[in-house]
Amino acid sequence: MSATPVVQREITDEAIAAERIELARSWAQARGVIGFLSEVDHKRIGLRFIITALAFFALGGVLAALMRIQLSVPENAFLGPDLYNQIFTMHGTTMMFLFAVPVFEGLGLYFVPLMVGARTIALPRLAAFGYWMFLFGGVFLYVSFVLNIGPDNGWFSYVPLAGPEFGPGKRADTWAQLITFTEVASLVGAIVIIVTIFKYRRPGMTLDRMPIFPWAELVTNFMIIFAMPAVMLASTALILDRLVGTHFFNQAQGGDPILYQHLFWFFGHPEVYLIFLPAQGLMSTLIQTFSGRPIVGYAALVTSLVATAFMGFGLWVHHMFAAGLPEIGASFFTAASMMIAIPSGVQIFCWIATLWSGKVRFEVPLLYALGYFAIFIIGGMTGLMVASVPLDLQVHDTYFVVAHLHYVLIGGAVFPLFGALHYWFPKFTGRMPGHRLGMIGFWLMFAGFNLTFFPMHQLGLDGMPRRVYTYLPGLGWETLNLAATAGAVAMVLAVVSIVINVIVSMRSGEVAAANPWDASTLEWSTSSPPPPYNFHPATVVASRDPLWEDPPDQPIIDGIRTDRREVLVTRLLDAEPDHRYHSPLPNVWPFMTALFVSIMLIASMYTPWAVVWGSIPPTITLIAWFWPRRKEVDDETHPVEKARPRLDEATGPA
Amino acid sequence: MTTKILDVSGLPTFAFGHRSILWWATMGMILIEGTAFGLLGASYIFLKWRVPEWPPGFAPPQLVWGTATTLVVLASMIPNHLAKRAAERLDLPRTRLWIWISVLFAVGFLVTRTLEFTALNVWYDDNAYGSIVWFLLGTHTAHVVTDIIDTAVLGTMAIAGPLDAGRFVDFSENAFYYYFVVLSWLPIYALLYLAPRFI
Amino acid sequence: MIQSVLESAGIQAARVESEWWTIFWITTIVTVIVLAVLGIALKRGAARTDATTSHDAHLHRYIAFATVLTVVILFGILVRSIVTTRALASERVTDVMQIEVTAYQWWWSVEYQHPEPEQRVRTANELRLPVGRTVAIKLLASDVIHSFWVPSLSGKLDAIPGHEAVLWLRADKAGVYRGQCAEYCGFQHAHMAFVVVAEPPDQFERWIQAQRKTAEQPQTELAQRGLHIVQRSACVMCHTIRGTAAGGRMGPDLTHFASRSTIAAGTLPRTPEHVNNWLADPQAIKPGNRMPTLALSDADRAALVAYLEQLR
Repeated sequence: MSATPVVQREITDEAIAAERIELARSWAQARGVIGFLSEVDHKRIGLRFIITALAFFALGGVLAALMRIQLSVPENAFLGPDLYNQIFTMHGTTMMFLFAVPVFEGLGLYFVPLMVGARTIALPRLAAFGYWMFLFGGVFLYVSFVLNIGPDNGWFSYVPLAGPEFGPGKRADTWAQLITFTEVASLVGAIVIIVTIFKYRRPGMTLDRMPIFPWAELVTNFMIIFAMPAVMLASTALILDRLVGTHFFNQAQGGDPILYQHLFWFFGHPEVYLIFLPAQGLMSTLIQTFSGRPIVGYAALVTSLVATAFMGFGLWVHHMFAAGLPEIGASFFTAASMMIAIPSGVQIFCWIATLWSGKVRFEVPLLYALGYFAIFIIGGMTGLMVASVPLDLQVHDTYFVVAHLHYVLIGGAVFPLFGALHYWFPKFTGRMPGHRLGMIGFWLMFAGFNLTFFPMHQLGLDGMPRRVYTYLPGLGWETLNLAATAGAVAMVLAVVSIVINVIVSMRSGEVAAANPWDASTLEWSTSSPPPPYNFHPATVVASRDPLWEDPPDQPIIDGIRTDRREVLVTRLLDAEPDHRYHSPLPNVWPFMTALFVSIMLIASMYTPWAVVWGSIPPTITLIAWFWPRRKEVDDETHPVEKARPRLDEATGPA
Repeated sequence: MTTKILDVSGLPTFAFGHRSILWWATMGMILIEGTAFGLLGASYIFLKWRVPEWPPGFAPPQLVWGTATTLVVLASMIPNHLAKRAAERLDLPRTRLWIWISVLFAVGFLVTRTLEFTALNVWYDDNAYGSIVWFLLGTHTAHVVTDIIDTAVLGTMAIAGPLDAGRFVDFSENAFYYYFVVLSWLPIYALLYLAPRFI
Repeated sequence: MIQSVLESAGIQAARVESEWWTIFWITTIVTVIVLAVLGIALKRGAARTDATTSHDAHLHRYIAFATVLTVVILFGILVRSIVTTRALASERVTDVMQIEVTAYQWWWSVEYQHPEPEQRVRTANELRLPVGRTVAIKLLASDVIHSFWVPSLSGKLDAIPGHEAVLWLRADKAGVYRGQCAEYCGFQHAHMAFVVVAEPPDQFERWIQAQRKTAEQPQTELAQRGLHIVQRSACVMCHTIRGTAAGGRMGPDLTHFASRSTIAAGTLPRTPEHVNNWLADPQAIKPGNRMPTLALSDADRAALVAYLEQLR
């Protein structure tokens, strides 16, 4: 198909206003309970993901605080071993599977369509299904915890400890099924975001004009596609070993616990990067906006993201150095683990160069981004240390690694995330976040974080292993543990002040304009918060920073029907218009499907036959989900004879 | 006031192949499941390396039913392909015909697959080898069953309607996914049936 | 007791400690430089009234330079790491003292190997080493995965069921070093420690000779009663006391119980009082451990303590 021509035509403000009214009707969000369960608006789904994930973050934080209380003094009797072991397992599982991955999924669902200038996401019902699976999985985990069948084998659930012989009861099964819930949610979310980026970009937004955050989301979601199947396989094989007597990991029958470790870490290491990469995208976003200039080294930044993703799959074995490996293999993984510092370094250099040549405004979101530098760089450096086999064999599974991973994940992901949540707060709510309380929250968080986790480096070097519910006095660990607990108190206060700021700002914050930070990307070209249809009118994109650099007379995109949920599908590379497409309407069946799949997954912990009979209800709901409804039929091609003259345009390469 | 307008109202409301949303969604599923099959295959090889003799303590699966499945499944690509082609020409009668013939083939496939399970010479709980063999075959079977249901539902839609061009894109993508189901079987066949004999 | 990576007392740990300080200083200097440059950038950026894009080519050159420098530094660190890895491997020699350590939930069984079976020595939760001699520690796991770690002597190595692992180490300074399980292994992972006593070779030789002997015969009446209690109670099911009827293998070997400094896998110092409390209620001290609570009168328990305490 040839490129769509640009024409000169009159367009009145009245016409646009009328179209907006019609769009608002076509894209109206569903009402009532059924409407709530049927929601397919990407902003609502994205926000649900974000809020739910933050709620789990708070729960995981409470668990962390309990652990810090327990460890504040030696031989504390506050928590016994049974509860402590459950709590550290729940903390890790929550933060990795119920917070870090979903929150960036949520940000992606909310902001990718806005940043690429689309009306909505591709496959919105799939995204809704993903959200419900995530929610049900998380609720399932916490209900199990309360019922005393919460997992207690660590977030990695190694065999044979979690196997049939040494992991009696249902606890390890709960973990294995939680994995299935969250992985299904992540995988469907990954497809949604990738397809949105590939096919829903605004005309003119070629791939090399796409903002960095959607790039980061694209790379991340590809990583999800290749990494998550490994852990689903591991957890499925684990539950089969436990429930039906297979022998995947039973060394007595030709199985191998090491196989489990390979499968788990083939996922587990990329997992770290698929938390870290979206945050890198956020860093580029924040640095650019608060430097008031286009980011330095766009191509280098994108290349770094892609390179990190590729390398992220090549170093899973460095979690298994202590399991004993051939020396040459270990050296390869050391080299790979160190190489991954190069793309991280390049990104940091680009950001410093941007700040160097920019006009820096010290707003709260930028402070969080600067917190990243101070914290993540230290985490990166300790990462080099644990990449070295000899050093790793000393500090592996000690508090040194606890410090390292929190410096990397909190510094590298949570600080940029909090920065981004402040940054996009006006877009979510229509009001500005309070500056003073925001500053207090940041400094408490920054100081509390370092006070909590910096001493842990020394604790690890002093020989304190991870995952111990208590320790003996006289080993020199008392003072540092007490300091860490004090830091945790400060972090709790930080979260409280941030929550207060959110509540106060939502009620009485300054009303936000469309683009309050003077940023350059398309989400700021529409009102705060955006209307259900996101944009109207939409203009063709001409640069990487359309709000700063696009000429004012860019063509307006017209001809997308406003009387139904119509979106423009564009070509993968150059984003040239390809065809118009009817986006699905709200529908309750994704919710019902998630509900029945959840029942099936939970029942299968008790009888394997649940997989058989439990599959029938979701099959029925899936058919209902996909069954065509009259009101959704495309009137331009129904009956299908009407489509025949357009067949040539619709087949073959675009 | 006149403005520059990019008028897209002339564009069609559907497209086949990689231009469509659905093709990419299907591709995503294929990548996920392909990765899972790849990792299962790697696990098979990992377990094989652990022991001196393979299969450990059991005769290799009998060739007859596995090979029969392979032949049926390869033959079923023909009606599947014809269904895809008919769908992409918006040719409803032929689409219906070939979709239902594909379903028939797939049911035949299920028969040989069931017989395959009886001819593996090992149970899933005998040892790790048995477990991985059943897991591989079971996972693939689950894909086939899903695809049969999917195809049958689409076949019913092709009869019951209402049909717009978008449905024909669905028919086409369903056939595309079936290619994956068939082609992913070939390496699994090699692993289950040929590797224990010839490697 | 020492349990520190940075207080090495053996060749292997010393090699790692030396690498640690090299990499520590390199990374510290790099961190300080990067943060200093960031500080300058912020100062410049904050002072500017208008952003500039005119010097991007210039900036690209700096970024490229910093990247090249990063690669060079990383290469240096990699080489340092591989050099240490090599040096650690050079300790792998076969004609050395062999010790087999088996990890259980949640304690360590130690067996000094010898060509003649009767010369082998079994003990628990305590490892004696002759200073200056390389030993090969063969690690086995009886149930789940554990990890053997004495930070002052060597890095850790996992004990994995169905796998055999060997750790070579050498203590160079006499002293007492604490080790602890480093792989989460369930309920009492926190209380799965052990003691390593490095002593001069002659002293070690005396110790191992003493260990080869069967258990001390009780001399006092109280201790004799203690032995009687051992032999008629459940003790014999799990524990071995060579020279008596006790021959169980599920729990620690108690033949020379009183030669060891801790009980319950490093949980408590071995004093008569602690031994008494342990026997009274092991689950209160180390909840979940495999030792059952014995229904013993105070007097019987005192006799048992007296007997155990003279098993030197």
